[in-house]
Amino acid sequence: MLQATEAGRRIPLVATTTQPSTLTARQKALKSTVIAKFVMAGSGILMALFLLVHMYGNLKVFAGKTADGQWAFDVYAHHLRVMGEPILPPEGLLWITRVVLLVAVIAHFASAFKLWARAKKAVGGKRYASGGRVQRSYASYTMRWGGVVILLFIIAHILQFTTHTIDTWGGDAAASTPFERLVLSFQNPLVLIAYVIAIIAVGLHLTHGLWSAFATLGANTGAKARANLNKLAVLIALVIVVGFLAGPFAIFFGGITL
Amino acid sequence: MKLKLRVWRQKNSDATGRFEEYPLSDVDEHMSFLEMLDMLNEQLINEGKEPVAFDSDCREGICGMCGLVINSVPHGRGETTYQTTTCQLHMREFHDGDTITIEPWKAEPFPVLKDLVVDRTAFDRIIQAGGFISAPTGTAPDAHAAPIDKNNADHAFDNATCIGCGACVAACPNGSAMLFTAAKVSHLGMLPQGQPERWTRVIGMVGQHDEEGFGNCTNLGECTAVCPKGIPLESISRLNRDLFSALGKVK
Amino acid sequence: MSQTFSLDADSLYTEGEPIKDTKAPEGPIADRWDKRRFNAKLVNPANRRKISVIVVGTGLAGGAAAATLGEAGYQVSAFCYQDSPRRAHSIAAQGGINAAKNYRNDGDSIYRLFYDTVKGGDYRSRESNVYRLAQVSANIIDQCVAQGVPFAREYGGLLDNRSFGGVQVSRTFYARGQTGQQLLIGAYQALERQIAAKTVTMHTRHEMLELIVEGGRARGIVTRDMVSGKIEAHTADAVVLATGGYGNVFFLSTNAMGCNVTAAWRAHRKGALFANPCYTQIHPTCIPQSGDTQSKLTLMSESLRNDGRIWVPKKGEDCEKDPRDIPEEERDYYLERIYPAFGNLVPRDIASRQAKNMCDEGRGVGPEVPGQGRRGVYLDFADAIKRLGRDAVEAKYGNLFDMYQQITGDNPYEVPMRIYPAVHYTMGGLWVDYDLQSTIPGLFVTGEANFSDHGANRLGASALMQGLADGYFVLPNTINDYLADATAHGRIDLDHPAVTEAVDAVRTRTEKLLSVQGDRSVDSYHKELGGIMWEYCGMERTEEGLRKAIGMIRELREEFWKNVRVTGEAEELNQELEKAGRVADFFELGELMCIDALVRRESCGGHFRAESQTEEGEALRHDDEFAFVSAWEFTGVGEAPVLHKEPLEYEFVEMKQRSYK
Repeated sequence: MLQATEAGRRIPLVATTTQPSTLTARQKALKSTVIAKFVMAGSGILMALFLLVHMYGNLKVFAGKTADGQWAFDVYAHHLRVMGEPILPPEGLLWITRVVLLVAVIAHFASAFKLWARAKKAVGGKRYASGGRVQRSYASYTMRWGGVVILLFIIAHILQFTTHTIDTWGGDAAASTPFERLVLSFQNPLVLIAYVIAIIAVGLHLTHGLWSAFATLGANTGAKARANLNKLAVLIALVIVVGFLAGPFAIFFGGITL
Repeated sequence: MKLKLRVWRQKNSDATGRFEEYPLSDVDEHMSFLEMLDMLNEQLINEGKEPVAFDSDCREGICGMCGLVINSVPHGRGETTYQTTTCQLHMREFHDGDTITIEPWKAEPFPVLKDLVVDRTAFDRIIQAGGFISAPTGTAPDAHAAPIDKNNADHAFDNATCIGCGACVAACPNGSAMLFTAAKVSHLGMLPQGQPERWTRVIGMVGQHDEEGFGNCTNLGECTAVCPKGIPLESISRLNRDLFSALGKVK
Repeated sequence: MSQTFSLDADSLYTEGEPIKDTKAPEGPIADRWDKRRFNAKLVNPANRRKISVIVVGTGLAGGAAAATLGEAGYQVSAFCYQDSPRRAHSIAAQGGINAAKNYRNDGDSIYRLFYDTVKGGDYRSRESNVYRLAQVSANIIDQCVAQGVPFAREYGGLLDNRSFGGVQVSRTFYARGQTGQQLLIGAYQALERQIAAKTVTMHTRHEMLELIVEGGRARGIVTRDMVSGKIEAHTADAVVLATGGYGNVFFLSTNAMGCNVTAAWRAHRKGALFANPCYTQIHPTCIPQSGDTQSKLTLMSESLRNDGRIWVPKKGEDCEKDPRDIPEEERDYYLERIYPAFGNLVPRDIASRQAKNMCDEGRGVGPEVPGQGRRGVYLDFADAIKRLGRDAVEAKYGNLFDMYQQITGDNPYEVPMRIYPAVHYTMGGLWVDYDLQSTIPGLFVTGEANFSDHGANRLGASALMQGLADGYFVLPNTINDYLADATAHGRIDLDHPAVTEAVDAVRTRTEKLLSVQGDRSVDSYHKELGGIMWEYCGMERTEEGLRKAIGMIRELREEFWKNVRVTGEAEELNQELEKAGRVADFFELGELMCIDALVRRESCGGHFRAESQTEEGEALRHDDEFAFVSAWEFTGVGEAPVLHKEPLEYEFVEMKQRSYK
């Protein structure tokens, strides 16, 4: 059969993969993966900053008791509730932080899901005969499932130390101080193992995630910057891993006791 | 040398593909990889079988037409440290008795047309969305009217060397074409002639990139590691910066 | 025209009426282009969108023309056989592009570029055309810079120039070793912009297989969709062929795998004259063939000859030795010996021919190619490294050395490179007038596909210049004169008998190719044809050899149609079928090239007849007999073609014999 076209007559371009959309160029760009990545990078960096602060606070477990005989960690924990008073109501800053973090987690997870779904569609489930990588880092493989592990950990962590739903210290929460609950919990090897796994997941996630966030936000300006940003990411990840695990290990091995 | 080839065979874009194995002997180490495939095809034709369809044109590493995934690496690597196009890969990088797996680029926006031939017209449409400088013939001022800082000119050039082969997409676990898109955004965005359209260009090209169904960049660097022209990863960072600025400037 | 020799006896060809370029204006040469533009008819911008033009090929000449015609407001349909217009083989040009900018203040001018090009073409090109080329050359650079082509710059931010191809002025603009790529991407982006603006409709992976002619005018083309295999007809008010050269008739050349003569040849068969098919440029510094499975040859920049010394062993038995073990006194630096004044920098054709002579004497080096012996000579940088230091050599030639090492596996810093000539460019092509219109009204031909500007030999860095000159500046001006009457000519419908006839012809041919089902592959025929062409119609041609070649080609062509095996089906992606159609046309072209070479009993530019040389073995022209363009008319396959001569007159440049002794 003769397939006839006439020069100049408009014929649609060859197989576009999607229906032509009616959005403006700017709207398309706003909906693009690059913007989702900005959100991902911004929320990720925010959470990493929180982790640094959180880790710094946790190091109070090594501070022993204050002059009035209270555990320094308990004083710090209490201070978190009254911080910002009297300008803010009781627990005001704490709740602001919680809301901001919650938004960050949701934004991070939502963009992650969007990007994951999109990438999955883009490769169409087709990959090569033998996986194989050319140069990507091991950490970069852990991003998606590692992220899920971290999310589950965060939920468990909140259920454990914030809402006290999961009891790992054996007893009435109201009758104990945060420091007591902490020490009693980490004397349990299962709790320690769970935390080690989770914190290592966080470390790997940050190793690639922070570099990726910096690059996404435009900081990768050349080969040198790339090397430096990768080093910075590893350094922050390392500080966070060591900082978070130092206390639990010290407790488990008897360096810190009640 | 003697080889065992595992080649992806697919009748057309609607068909399901599968691997077929072919033994091939008397392969000379000085042959290019594609000449080795020519030899396979000659053998298949003599056996009355359908030869393997694959794209190639200039066979000197510049047109961007060829591209096979060889042992899971786009354009193939063998033992060489060169980042090269398939046509510039030679059989001396392989050994007698090797099994070589040959596949087409795999990504949703690059449908397989037949065997190892894929459709990369999505790249042309990304260029259509802004990958140009509007300078109708005859309108140009004298070439020396605007001197260009050599450093900028060199960086623009590094990005202009992209041959549009699609290896970056083939290598990316997310099926992203960001390296390709960023190379053009960088090439034109770093030249004074490219400034007037700089912001609309990046907005248009990123939008089209996504509309074509390419995935997102996760800064893994697999693209740049297989890019035969070594387009640097920082181009993607530059694209991101430009997009961010552009969204503030273009209403 | 009087005939001074006769080949009529064996009726290889007949001579017809002389032909004349009726469009070229007369008068002062500098005013001719202005005059032509002024006298040509114009098309009202409002009418342009009703007029359609087909452009076949999207290299520099085609891509630039399609974009520019689109900008002008015409409805353009562009076609290419690759998957994207960006892949056309213009992309592979390394060296640079000439322009008479005189940015170096070194005495360059439009006139000098004109003069150099006419001289370089060995006085076989048209003065009017070449002058126009030199005139628009400066505009090309402006245009490309405005598009963002990243030409090499100096620290002051201004454009760098170099001297190229043996001229004494620095007028070559370049972009590292990838000038062709950068220029093509510029044209490609301009084209994509017009595609987005919907003035150009792009058809990728479409191959033109027939020209539609009706009422003596080109009305459209028939194409095959290379993915679905569908045969399609496209009609328009004018057709532009920008389909490149035909060097692949030699099988091995520096052309891309897909380069072919089919579009031009189909037009030739429909009545377009084919001019000077025998003029073939052979480039001396290519990487030699490594074996009989080689599919193409790769060129290295000629600049290597600036510092490298070319030699072969004095004795044939040394040819297998490691070159480093051959002592100085056993080496023959033959170019320095034969041409003491120019040495290794003799022109391309001399360097090429002498390399062949050395190999023919049994002193070639490198791997033995079955049936041909060793085909290579050494290009040695040992002295240069000693003199300048390794770093300096690396800075100058590093990328070329890397390329060489990547392809051959040898390290040229330690072992001398091996080089051998390869077919690089074809100066011949479809005959066109000053307007770039062929002998079929409405059929225009640009770039390497036409014959117009390079005469018998093309200067280095002039191919890119001509492609872009034609595409951006010449054709978009001259085609208006024809299109102004387009409405009067009318456009034909797709059910017109001329269309169905052309479509049926393509179908029949396709079916025929598929139905032979013999037992030899298409490539095996192509290789054999290439071997014949290279042997008898390559660097050196003789009456005896050419006659022999014609007989061999005819035999092979007949065998091809009886014994070729084309696998697969018509309506699918079928690369064997694509190749078969191209090779079938190469047979017919190859025969015409030999006939043309036979008729031209002189040596000029890219055509060396052994019978016509000086005592020193230099090419010897016969201006009294052969100062004409040979324009050939097709009369049927295997039938004697008709030769129409277009006399060449030189009003401004005096014809001289060159000497490099």
